[in-house]
Amino acid sequence: MDEITSVFVTESREQIAALESALLQLENSPGDDDTLNAIFRSAHTIKGGAGVIECSYIVAFTHVVENVLDRLREHAINADADLIALLLGCADHIGNLLGVLESGAAGPDAELAADGDALLAHLQRDWLSNEGGAGLPSVPPVLLEASGGGAVESDCWHISVRFGADVLRNGMDPLSFLRYLGSIGRIVHLETIADAMPEAADMDPETCYLGFEISFASGADKAAIERVFDFVRDDCTLNILPPHSRLSDYIALINTLPEDSMRLGEILVRIGALTQDELEDGLRQQTAVPAGGGESGEAPAVTSQPIGEILVERKVVQAELVDAAVARQKQVTEKKAAEARLIRIQADKLDRLIDLVGELVIAGASVNLLAGRTGVGELIEATSLTGRLVESIRDAALQLRMVQIGETFNRFHRVVRDTSREMGKEIELSISGGDTELDKSMVEKIGDPLMHLVRNAMDHGLELPSAREASGKAARGRLELNAFHDSGSIVIEVADDGAGLNRERILAKAVERGLVQPGQALSDAEVYTLIFEPGFSTAEKVTNISGRGVGMDVVRRNIQGLRGSVDVSSEPGKGSRFAIRLPLTLAIIDGFLVGVGNAAYVIPLDSVVECIELGADGSVRDYVNLRGEVLPLVRLRHLFGMVGEPPARQNVVVVQYAGIKSGIVVDQLMGEFQTVIKPLGNLFRNIRGIGGSTILGSGEVALILDVQALVQRCASREAQRAEGALLAAAAT
Amino acid sequence: MSQMVAQTRPQAVVDDSPQQYLTFSLGGEVFALGILNVKEIIEFGSITEIPMMPAFIRGVINLRGAVVPVIDLSARFGGRTSAVSRRTCIVIVELGSGEDRQDLGVIVDAVNEVLEIPRGDIEPPPSFGARIRADFIQGMGKVNGDFVIILNVERVLSTEEMTMLAGMSHDTGNDDQ
Repeated sequence: MDEITSVFVTESREQIAALESALLQLENSPGDDDTLNAIFRSAHTIKGGAGVIECSYIVAFTHVVENVLDRLREHAINADADLIALLLGCADHIGNLLGVLESGAAGPDAELAADGDALLAHLQRDWLSNEGGAGLPSVPPVLLEASGGGAVESDCWHISVRFGADVLRNGMDPLSFLRYLGSIGRIVHLETIADAMPEAADMDPETCYLGFEISFASGADKAAIERVFDFVRDDCTLNILPPHSRLSDYIALINTLPEDSMRLGEILVRIGALTQDELEDGLRQQTAVPAGGGESGEAPAVTSQPIGEILVERKVVQAELVDAAVARQKQVTEKKAAEARLIRIQADKLDRLIDLVGELVIAGASVNLLAGRTGVGELIEATSLTGRLVESIRDAALQLRMVQIGETFNRFHRVVRDTSREMGKEIELSISGGDTELDKSMVEKIGDPLMHLVRNAMDHGLELPSAREASGKAARGRLELNAFHDSGSIVIEVADDGAGLNRERILAKAVERGLVQPGQALSDAEVYTLIFEPGFSTAEKVTNISGRGVGMDVVRRNIQGLRGSVDVSSEPGKGSRFAIRLPLTLAIIDGFLVGVGNAAYVIPLDSVVECIELGADGSVRDYVNLRGEVLPLVRLRHLFGMVGEPPARQNVVVVQYAGIKSGIVVDQLMGEFQTVIKPLGNLFRNIRGIGGSTILGSGEVALILDVQALVQRCASREAQRAEGALLAAAAT
Repeated sequence: MSQMVAQTRPQAVVDDSPQQYLTFSLGGEVFALGILNVKEIIEFGSITEIPMMPAFIRGVINLRGAVVPVIDLSARFGGRTSAVSRRTCIVIVELGSGEDRQDLGVIVDAVNEVLEIPRGDIEPPPSFGARIRADFIQGMGKVNGDFVIILNVERVLSTEEMTMLAGMSHDTGNDDQ
């Protein structure tokens, strides 16, 4: 696929997304002009782009859709649910056609083509039939205003050009400009004006005496026509009148030009710019033109016309032209500015940049280390400044990859709408925190798990309207998508106000599957996490939405793959809430370096609350008193089975995760450290408590602790131990 | 065991040209690795240990900015962890292809030489007596009247198997310390 096609596909997909969201919006506010225009614009952009890359099947399909949209825009038809559903189907079909284009196939296959034809037939029959099946041609927007009375009927541009005397001497050939003009449109009629040509004896063969009056049919805009004459712009007198210009503009033109006005008029009539009547009419009006000041910038070289009037006229005309030109230029610059705000970059280029910044961070850390060893104050100062800059570069580079999650959320409007219809449920989707940013690669990977959760909530969570009313709730169910930042992670919540998880049923199913022993006492949280076990589904019947039990374990695995976690909370009858917790980025974090024995570990700085010295009470018990709070301790030395005696003084790093504080006992505190996360690879994918690795300034590898997993590990170990003790006690 | 032989034999049919092998010694025994899997050989340097891992996973090293796991072959073969001497090396082996491509370091007592062993000089592995698991052996190469054990790298360094062992190790092993 060449570049222009790939750009077209990317942009059209965005347009389809915009089209879709606008259509859904239209459902809530039918007849809203802004929305209608937005819809039309999107379809039109797609069609235009498809035309440029000559993809006829997309043009053909979109053309009909556009016709319907046009009628919609004119309020000739109303947007009811059927039409919106149909148009959504059309948007999907355009998406499929883009897929065909992307795959490089010559055209849609028979099945897809049949789908398209069915959609078109439907549109044609129900929404276009009363105009005899013919599509309304869309009128291209008129670029220059043809306001005022007496518009001339000609629909050609009129170009009047007088080449300057030095044009030939400057190496320009007037003919080449005309040829080039012919390439952007059709020269309907051309008259050569050679009035300036002197007697043969006086003629200088190196001087250009020529001028042309041209009637020109073209879809190009004024700027494009002007651009033809760019090279001789300073050297010639150029007047361009758009199609349907006012008569007075023509008259003004005639007066501006050095030649005899009557003769010029005749020429204009001859080339079809004006009719005889129009000309006479115009010349009569000439007297009515107000006279004014005669100051002038550039006077025509030779003239037999009353100069004052011409200048006035010229001024009037130019003021308008200048206005038009300024407006036009403004449009162009605004468009350029909008383009400048967004730059499309290949994702791998960005990844390369992040990699390089990562290496820079590592190299910087090593320089810092060395500088610290020398003890030279100036050097340390300089390296710390460099370090700060590198830190800013790192942040800026990472920021490049940050995207708002809103786009991902908005996709669910459509999903919820379609699914709720299919299931006969009324569901309202409410989205908040859409402007929360997270890493682009995360956004891509979180889509599928989110989709599973949303579908599950709709299928299992929310009840049918009748059931809801019976239990005293509003018939319309509520599904919430929410995102927010929380201590260095992003939390994405999917919540519903449905029936909640059924503890008994999950437990029964778990016993049936042999996941739990009958009679085993489990906390609510433990029961709820059972739903993430492979092959677990409590839905009585398998629907095509969910219920096959392949979803939730995949959800958990995907999220864990992103170094995240998913929590469930649920209340019977009130609904359930799934909270996905993800790190902000996969690439670089701020870390806190600690030492245990000879090994160095990195604790993500976001989770570090404070550091304290381990007092005497901490050496006997596994908890300490932190200003009145009980702080449970995780002893790394013990947990990691490290040999050797702990030093006399140990430290505690107080960490917080999801609101729970705990203390990690380490030997030494080594301070903050920018950490480029290096994945440990497949071999270590089962490891709990280690989130990854990083390379220290010294070149050694340090492990990054996964605080949450560590704490959970300790908790489950204690629970197991307590259970074991209980069993042992029971046995004796 | 005959299945094993059957598995290795067809490969021999495919390509009859002699292959190059890197030989190294480990616990007094000489082993060989197909040269195509060997990426480089580096000096034994500082290894970062990974807690809660079985003994045959020695840890990770920094290989020019990439973190590479290091396997102690001797421990993998069921023996003791290798003692580090002046000649101890880490052989970096490349496994898999495409997305699954992974580099692994292997600790060996000493690297000997690169040898060319013709197909005809490779005997099927013995059913027992080699002191290592038979499926780890691709064949026995005859070199100067002696045998070298040609390792089946895909089996010896099978990520699935090692990952499974690693998972079992930290679920039970160190937890009870």
